[in-house]
Amino acid sequence: MKNTQNRPMSPHLQIYKPQITSVLSILHRGTGIVLAVGTLLVTYWLSALAGGVETFNAANAILGSFLGKVVLFGWTWALFYHLSNGIRHLMWDTGFGFDLPTVYLSGKIVVGASFVLTVLLWIVA
Amino acid sequence: MAEFKLPANSVIKEGKTWPAPAGATRVKNFRIYRYDPDSGQNPRWDTYQIDLDKCGPMVLDALLKIKNEIDPSLTFRRSCREGICGSCSMNIGGTNTLACIKAIGAFDGDLQISPLPHMSVVKDLVPDLTHFYAQYASIKPWMQTRTPAPPDREHLQSPEDRKKLDGLYECILCASCSTSCPSYWWNSDRYLGPAVLLQAYRWVVDSRDEATGERLDNLEDPFRLYRCHTIMNCTNTCPKGLNPAKAIGELKKKMIERR
Repeated sequence: MKNTQNRPMSPHLQIYKPQITSVLSILHRGTGIVLAVGTLLVTYWLSALAGGVETFNAANAILGSFLGKVVLFGWTWALFYHLSNGIRHLMWDTGFGFDLPTVYLSGKIVVGASFVLTVLLWIVA
Repeated sequence: MAEFKLPANSVIKEGKTWPAPAGATRVKNFRIYRYDPDSGQNPRWDTYQIDLDKCGPMVLDALLKIKNEIDPSLTFRRSCREGICGSCSMNIGGTNTLACIKAIGAFDGDLQISPLPHMSVVKDLVPDLTHFYAQYASIKPWMQTRTPAPPDREHLQSPEDRKKLDGLYECILCASCSTSCPSYWWNSDRYLGPAVLLQAYRWVVDSRDEATGERLDNLEDPFRLYRCHTIMNCTNTCPKGLNPAKAIGELKKKMIERR
């Protein structure tokens, strides 16, 4: 057979239409990474607390600034999305919700819940 | 590590356009992936302008029309033209399906057609399925028994047990689901993928099969089974309306239950 070594790879990400299924799945991984990085912020805040009044006030000023609040808002959304979708995964692990209508419905509920919970937290806190 | 970009030899260039004949009224552009192994060139997108008034209703009809009347060099697999052989699976308009049972009318505007994603391309729309079939063989897709069948007849099965195979035996191994799965794209060297795992489950739940333990042992592996992250692209794209993700979920449950 001729030229079997240099065969091209067919296009994948380049051509595959984004699916609600795959988009929510990659968001789960994305928010997981964001949460891990965001935990550094918490560590920074705690170590600033250990550093005394001045460093703690400085940290609060940074996190309380407009940009800081935007980052924290994004972080809380990532937390609630990851949490809600994690519960969706637990449902699948018990063998429920694999039919497509339920997959779409649970996906919409997860996205809705992540925003509602985030806004609720920011109203309460 | 997953490679998200296409390698240099796989980047697709713009190809040529085959215009519709004069007087054509209902013209649709078919943008089709072309690769000629003899040319030494990169793959390209060729555009064929088809008069829908002179073409059958299915995507396969358009491909056959191109091959018969416009460009005989266009290469693709097809056989039954009724969704039972699984030969004409390809990526049509961004998702994987069978060209023979997908209506052209399901798509607005231009229609892009490429081979099953993230596969080695033999020519045009023909991917190399050798590895996929080898993975299928690795799950031993045949009945294994130790107790001999009764001398006067075959192994029997109750209607209830037979019912457990519904939604599994219909799989035609077209590979649409496996090649829609990002996890299979990045890990197909070790991950079996939805189609093969659905088949594995088909034998695990068969009441007549007596190798259930060995079958599950074979899947107890961080890659073969557990690279499934319930993305659900497989179920979303299956042209036969089957549910590989559920079959994999059931396999994972069986793994826990037997501990």
